[in-house]
Amino acid sequence: MHSPFGQVLKAIRENEPRAIPLGYRTERSFQNPLPDNGPESPFTPRGPKVSETSQIVWDTAARLFTEQFTPQELHRAEAGEWLGAQWDRIEELGLPLALVPEEDGGVGLDAIEGAMLVRIAGSFAVPLPLPETMLANRLLAAAGLPLAAGPATVAPVRLDDRLTLARTEGGWRLSGVAHRVPWGRSAAVLVGLAEHEGRVLAVRLTGAQVRTEPGVNLACEPRDTLRIEGVAAESAVAPLPDGFGLAECFAMGAALRTAAIAGAVGRVLEMTVGYANDRVQFGRPIGKFQAIQQSLAIMAGHAAAAAGSADVAAEAMHDGTVLLPIAAAKARAGEAAGSVATIAHQVHGAIGFTHEHSLHFLTKRLWSWRDEFGNEAHWNRVIGRRMIAAGADGVWPLIAAL
Amino acid sequence: MQDFSFPAPPASPDTESLRAEVREFLGTELASRPASERIKSWSGFDADFSRKLGERGWIGMTWPKAYGGHERSALERYVVLEELLAAGAPVAAHWIADRQSGPLILKVGTEEQKRAFLPRIAAGECFFCIGMSEPDSGSDLAAVRTRAVPIEGGWRVNGTKLWTTYAHHAHCMILYCRTGAAEERHGGTSQFLVDLTLPGVTIRPIADLSGERHFNEVVFEDVVLPASALIGPEGNGWNQVMSELAYERSGPERFLSTFVLLVELIRALGASPSDQATDAAGRLGAQLVVLRRLSRSVAGMLQKGENPALQAAVVKDMGAIVEQEIPEIARQLVATEPALRSPDVLSAVLGYAILNAPAFSLRGGTREILRGIIARGLGLR
Repeated sequence: MHSPFGQVLKAIRENEPRAIPLGYRTERSFQNPLPDNGPESPFTPRGPKVSETSQIVWDTAARLFTEQFTPQELHRAEAGEWLGAQWDRIEELGLPLALVPEEDGGVGLDAIEGAMLVRIAGSFAVPLPLPETMLANRLLAAAGLPLAAGPATVAPVRLDDRLTLARTEGGWRLSGVAHRVPWGRSAAVLVGLAEHEGRVLAVRLTGAQVRTEPGVNLACEPRDTLRIEGVAAESAVAPLPDGFGLAECFAMGAALRTAAIAGAVGRVLEMTVGYANDRVQFGRPIGKFQAIQQSLAIMAGHAAAAAGSADVAAEAMHDGTVLLPIAAAKARAGEAAGSVATIAHQVHGAIGFTHEHSLHFLTKRLWSWRDEFGNEAHWNRVIGRRMIAAGADGVWPLIAAL
Repeated sequence: MQDFSFPAPPASPDTESLRAEVREFLGTELASRPASERIKSWSGFDADFSRKLGERGWIGMTWPKAYGGHERSALERYVVLEELLAAGAPVAAHWIADRQSGPLILKVGTEEQKRAFLPRIAAGECFFCIGMSEPDSGSDLAAVRTRAVPIEGGWRVNGTKLWTTYAHHAHCMILYCRTGAAEERHGGTSQFLVDLTLPGVTIRPIADLSGERHFNEVVFEDVVLPASALIGPEGNGWNQVMSELAYERSGPERFLSTFVLLVELIRALGASPSDQATDAAGRLGAQLVVLRRLSRSVAGMLQKGENPALQAAVVKDMGAIVEQEIPEIARQLVATEPALRSPDVLSAVLGYAILNAPAFSLRGGTREILRGIIARGLGLR
């Protein structure tokens, strides 16, 4: 075990009869993992690919998020506060290790199950670097480096940023500027990625080796500029295996954002349907008006597309990070994010435009996440180029193979 | 709120050899069929082609062998369907029978009906049409007025069906009509298997806006049906029609109707299009990838015997949007003018797509009806 975390999950797994009275569901279930959070989510995937462990992880995570991320906490996070107590709870559950294999000290969810955890977190607008730390730990494990104790993130996250890695006496020097790094300021560990002599190496840096210029996205989640000038010991640098090129690591980020978008979109739909059923104008709930019903049906279509996109992306990540399905998924989910936010605000009316109402926690994230790890134009061009290269008669075989 | 989830489609590891087989067959069969014909997609009618598919075992694929089927999986059937559509194969002749009439007979038909019709459908020799819409009953299907009255040894039918696609080439119709009290909206309806050669049946073609004749008015004047024509229990028509619609609405034909145009667009764009054209083509590709995933998921649910009517409505609503967007995007990327009989392939294909696009969000349930169904699923109605 590289890591002290994950003990709660481990204990639950090994101790089912005791876990059940504590409120942890250990039985195999294909149902909604958001048991304490209003109506059952109708967008939760179901199917045979649900392991017992992942169901426990989802259920416990959903319970924790319900408890911990009330509007008050979300407001505090938005004001720039680091929710340390909540992060500690997330770590106690071992969630940052979700994508790390069990033999490396992780929870051992596969990419599909791990993406579902990100989807659940997205539905709660969790204002902490859970997907980022999951990804960082996955990369650290893949490189055989020690896992992160505490929050972690990965840089660069923009394709036009490049870090350079050079040999120094007794180790390596990583240098460069990485823009818009999620939670850069909060990360105890930064996984820097750089190409060196044709290979991609992961460099495990600690906060002291990085100068941070704070920035935020529309939801006030940290997106910082990192000026990296760090010396890393030999033991903190290791090559990533095949399938973990810079393009693939970027695509993993896109796949996890796609999952988060799907979660947030599903929750926005539930909130908006709930509001339409409650809000009375002209003597009846506004959801009884066909104009509103048609808008919400369009929203439901986008939510289904976002959920389908998240599934496509997660499976592609599971299958060795295949770029093209992730490209399609991030592009389609990004489109859904914008449309869903627009309709949600239209239906919520003025109250949804206030800072007091919770809708903006989700819609501001949707407006941010769709542009992170490649916007629609970026990924559409990736697919478009492949379609053009395939030529007229190769287009269908290309699509059918995804 | 009902369950809107789209479970992962069941794994289908053995479909790639089938896919290759279909592609090879289509490569030969469609070699001389121009794009201006292939753009007709599943509106293209060719009885000989349907018979050849029947010989190959690609109609009634999932049905029991005892009834001429082939006991293949829903996902194998899906592979054949999407390959046919992507290639622009003329599948209209057998499409309805394979998609919904056959499955209806299999589900609620008598042994005699199964034996009489399913083997002929699977052979590509017996074609069906859908008798749902009427002059005063389009979206409001429960308002049908065509009525079957019980008589000695059978039923007498009077009324008019409308927009009946390829009734003039079909052998049979699944007729949806009233058999109970007029004031019962749903309960008093039944379905019948109608031989369209019976006396009293008159089929009149109706030209669509491009002048093509594929849909019809079908008039029933004292048409006498045998008792054996009733399919499913008397009074169960509404339930049967509703479950038929899940088959009707979720298939790949709900987003691939203009795929041949996308292919011709890529051809016209050549090897080095503008970034704008590349992005726009890529966006359509992304939409299709995700729709295909959702549609395959519905196929998996149908195979498990579920009734994913809600998910099917979602797929059809979004699919129609993409099918209708393809011509609108194509015309912005290539400087051509649409013209049905143009020697320029893209121009002709674009012309057909533009003239037929309005139907995509009408046939099989209008956009507004589908969204009403989705809204009901959301708990708003």
